[in-house]
Amino acid sequence: MKRTCTRYAFGSVVPLFAWSFLATQAARADYQLNLPRGVTETSQAVYDLHQLMLIICTVIGLIVFGVMFWAMFHHRKSRGAVPASFTHSARAEILWTAIPILILVGMAIPGTAVLIDMEDSSAADMTVKVTGYQWKWRYDYLDEGFGYFSVLDEASNRARQLNSGEDPSTVPNYLLEVDKPLVLPVGKKIKILTTASDVIHAWWVPALGWKRDAVPGFVRESWTRIKEPGIYRGQCAELCGRDHGFMPVVVHALPEPEYQAWVAEAKAEAADTPDVSREYSMAELMATGKEVYNKLCVACHQANGQGLPGAFPALAGNPLALGSLDEHVRVVMFGKAGTAMAAFGEQLNDVEMAAVVTYERNAWGNDKQRATGVASMLAPAEVQAYRDAGAP
Amino acid sequence: MHDAAVITGAHEEHHAEHPSGLKRWLFTTNHKDIGTMYLVFALAMFFVGGSMILVNRAELWEPGLQLVDPQVFNMLTTMHALVMIFGVLMPAAVGFANWMIPMMVGAPDMALPRMNNLSFWLLPFAFVLLLGTMLMPGGGPAGGWTMYPPLMLQTGAALPFVIFAVHIMGVSSVLGAINIIATILNMRAPGMTFMKLPLFVWTWLITAFLLIATMPVLAGAVTMLLTDKYFGTSFFNAAGGGDPILFQHVFWFFGHPEVYVLILPAFGIVSQILPAFSRKPLFGYTSMVYATAAIAFLSFFVWAHHMFTVGMPLAGELFFMYATMSIAVPTGVKVFNWMATMWRGSLSFETPMLFAVSFVLLFTIGGLSGLMLAITAVDFQYHDTYFVVAHFHYVLVTGTLFGLMGGAYFWLPKWTGHMYDERLGQLHFWLSVISVNVLFFPQHFLGLAGMPRRIPDYATQFTEFNQISTIGGMVFGASQLIFLYVVYKCIRGGARADDRVWEGATGLEWTLSSPPPYHSFTSAPEVR
Ligand code: HEC
Ligand SMILES: [Cu+2]
Repeated sequence: MKRTCTRYAFGSVVPLFAWSFLATQAARADYQLNLPRGVTETSQAVYDLHQLMLIICTVIGLIVFGVMFWAMFHHRKSRGAVPASFTHSARAEILWTAIPILILVGMAIPGTAVLIDMEDSSAADMTVKVTGYQWKWRYDYLDEGFGYFSVLDEASNRARQLNSGEDPSTVPNYLLEVDKPLVLPVGKKIKILTTASDVIHAWWVPALGWKRDAVPGFVRESWTRIKEPGIYRGQCAELCGRDHGFMPVVVHALPEPEYQAWVAEAKAEAADTPDVSREYSMAELMATGKEVYNKLCVACHQANGQGLPGAFPALAGNPLALGSLDEHVRVVMFGKAGTAMAAFGEQLNDVEMAAVVTYERNAWGNDKQRATGVASMLAPAEVQAYRDAGAP
Repeated sequence: MHDAAVITGAHEEHHAEHPSGLKRWLFTTNHKDIGTMYLVFALAMFFVGGSMILVNRAELWEPGLQLVDPQVFNMLTTMHALVMIFGVLMPAAVGFANWMIPMMVGAPDMALPRMNNLSFWLLPFAFVLLLGTMLMPGGGPAGGWTMYPPLMLQTGAALPFVIFAVHIMGVSSVLGAINIIATILNMRAPGMTFMKLPLFVWTWLITAFLLIATMPVLAGAVTMLLTDKYFGTSFFNAAGGGDPILFQHVFWFFGHPEVYVLILPAFGIVSQILPAFSRKPLFGYTSMVYATAAIAFLSFFVWAHHMFTVGMPLAGELFFMYATMSIAVPTGVKVFNWMATMWRGSLSFETPMLFAVSFVLLFTIGGLSGLMLAITAVDFQYHDTYFVVAHFHYVLVTGTLFGLMGGAYFWLPKWTGHMYDERLGQLHFWLSVISVNVLFFPQHFLGLAGMPRRIPDYATQFTEFNQISTIGGMVFGASQLIFLYVVYKCIRGGARADDRVWEGATGLEWTLSSPPPYHSFTSAPEVR
């Protein structure tokens, strides 16, 4: 039995000690083992609260483990222990009801204070709207009037395909890098509005100290004030479908002057809409279309246009892509209600819309299957008319 | 008691001859046969649900996708949870109830034997429907066992099958619960007053009320999903005036009491085992009963702690934080009472006791991390990470499952008339308890370090702990084959078990022969 008890100690006590080790090593806490301290006052407060809870819980845990192991060692039949016959003790029972209540009150007080502060998003200096899509984020700078999408970066995206043959450890910041990060100024109180276009997502950057769900049809308010410039990474935290694991959040926090310079640049870029009146060649549209497709459509319809049977339809040989232009454009522009096929009208400018539709009509051998007389391409100049006509 | 006697009389007459072969199992109304079927079903499903998650743990061995498509990964995660909750833990607990409650209260059988047969036989149909969806075009459900819309509404042809399966499971549970309540209220032997009921009976009585109160709520929630998808309603669609968060409120109004449905019977089992191997009565019986009732009552007021991050008003967040924290008090009382039961006892450590002791210790870890999760402000970090995964597996695996395992070893000799192989039992225990900690403890670190749950692939800094966890998972899974063999061997033969089986065992069930007669107590026993 003795040997059994020692082995028992290994089975269960070691983890607990590891945990308490954590608590005592707070100063050395790093991203690998413990919560990050983060870079906001909120995240620091949350961290302190976590540390307090961890210590209290570890102490309680050690007491429970200690008493149990004491009893298991000293009150063993094999050591000749004779059972006592007590069945209750009012004093003990009152004590171990009352003491936990006091401990809980001690936890609830700081817990309440931190929460009240976290929920006070008033008097913000600026507002960013964060919208979750399957499977990317959109950031809109409401005060500045521009916005953009942020998707998993190319290198990660290639390496993460099933049996891609690429080694993720060679990809810098594998799965935690995007094409365009959210850029925020340091020192400003920033209100962050979260919402979603399709299903529920959750926007989370551990260094900011919180996550918040992005609920389609509703807007939630949160806030942050970043203390130090830097790059902070996080992920979508609410299961949102097939590529839930592949929609990271990256925040670049810049000092105010650099942030202002970035805003000016980003605004200019956003205002630079392509010229739709000129003629576009098939080759031009196919090239842009492939780019758009690989960014926005590939997750569901797949690079080879075959989709995933039962979930996402194939576009190669699809009757819609081979048939009337009108219906094809309408599906892409307005989506299909109640399915994973979102409305892409607002995400794509006229050239991109024309390009992706053209691409779908001609890629994967669709150009060879199409009956003669059926339109092969959509000109950017025609897109506005579909927008005006509205959803079918 | 009068009515019960009449019912039993008729029942006995009906079963004067015992059918054998398949017919015996199909048409049986005997509480032991039905209990056995529940337990066998649960054991089979345990391996089904376990294999599913081992595929995922293998996928999580290293960064990158090597084995399964993300959609399949999500489907396996979803199915694993549904199978383990509705196919393993709940049926196993009902199996124990069927076997033990009539014997513990001094009754010949359950109060409603035919309904008992129905509530079991509904289950295989439900699970054929549920598991069958995996073969459908588009695959099975992949939106998580919580089935949140709008994601769940993107499920293909599988959706109505899943919902119907949930309905059937719900009906099965409610019928089972009604039967248990009827048995406990009506079939007790003379002198078996409420405050003399074994704690296992008490915990099941309370659990049964929780089931009746919450399973219909789940049925309602999934029916609303069905009408949203196929009949044009907009309960959960903002564009039609609904709210996706409504589903979460309704679901967790079921879901939180459900976690107590899963744990309370295990509390009961452990409260039977600890006194037996401490050779000392349960400490604080009365406060145990009241603590169980308090936990069950409070469990109706804490549901929204599963959804702190959806953006509730501050007052709501505070209410649910305080309510959740308050559950720690009765839970603490239970743990302290178990400790006091062992204190100054005369302890021996046969396999049931080993499982029961590790239940108390490891459930405490799960309970304490639960307390941390209750603090809303910090939950904003913990929520939907592996920290939560670690928490609920400590509660459900080293909690509920270990309790059930302990119970199986405790009563197997009574059920079969043979002692199980103690050496193999100990081997099973030690392998399980070590590997389960290797499996789940590192997940605390993963969560704190920022790894979200339900992802098929992860950033490279999470690799080490995932590998440790996967090794633990494989060993834990393989160890359960030992249990399978122990059970098989015990049924086939072994040293004869006497009536009392364990030196310190007390209660009516131990006054019956091992194995007990077909109709447990044909004449009411004397209860002092
Ligand atoms: C989130 C997954 C997803 C993404 C991303 C996506 N689609 Fe779809 N798409 C679907 C689904 C699901 C359908 C089928 C809808 C239905 O049930 O009718 C569909 C249908 C279509 C159809 C009609 C096919 C038919 O047979 O009815 C076209 C055309 C289409 N998508 C084009 C696109 C384009 C272009 C993009 C990128 C800009 C895109 N899709 C991105 C999921 C997606
Ligand atoms: Cu998401």
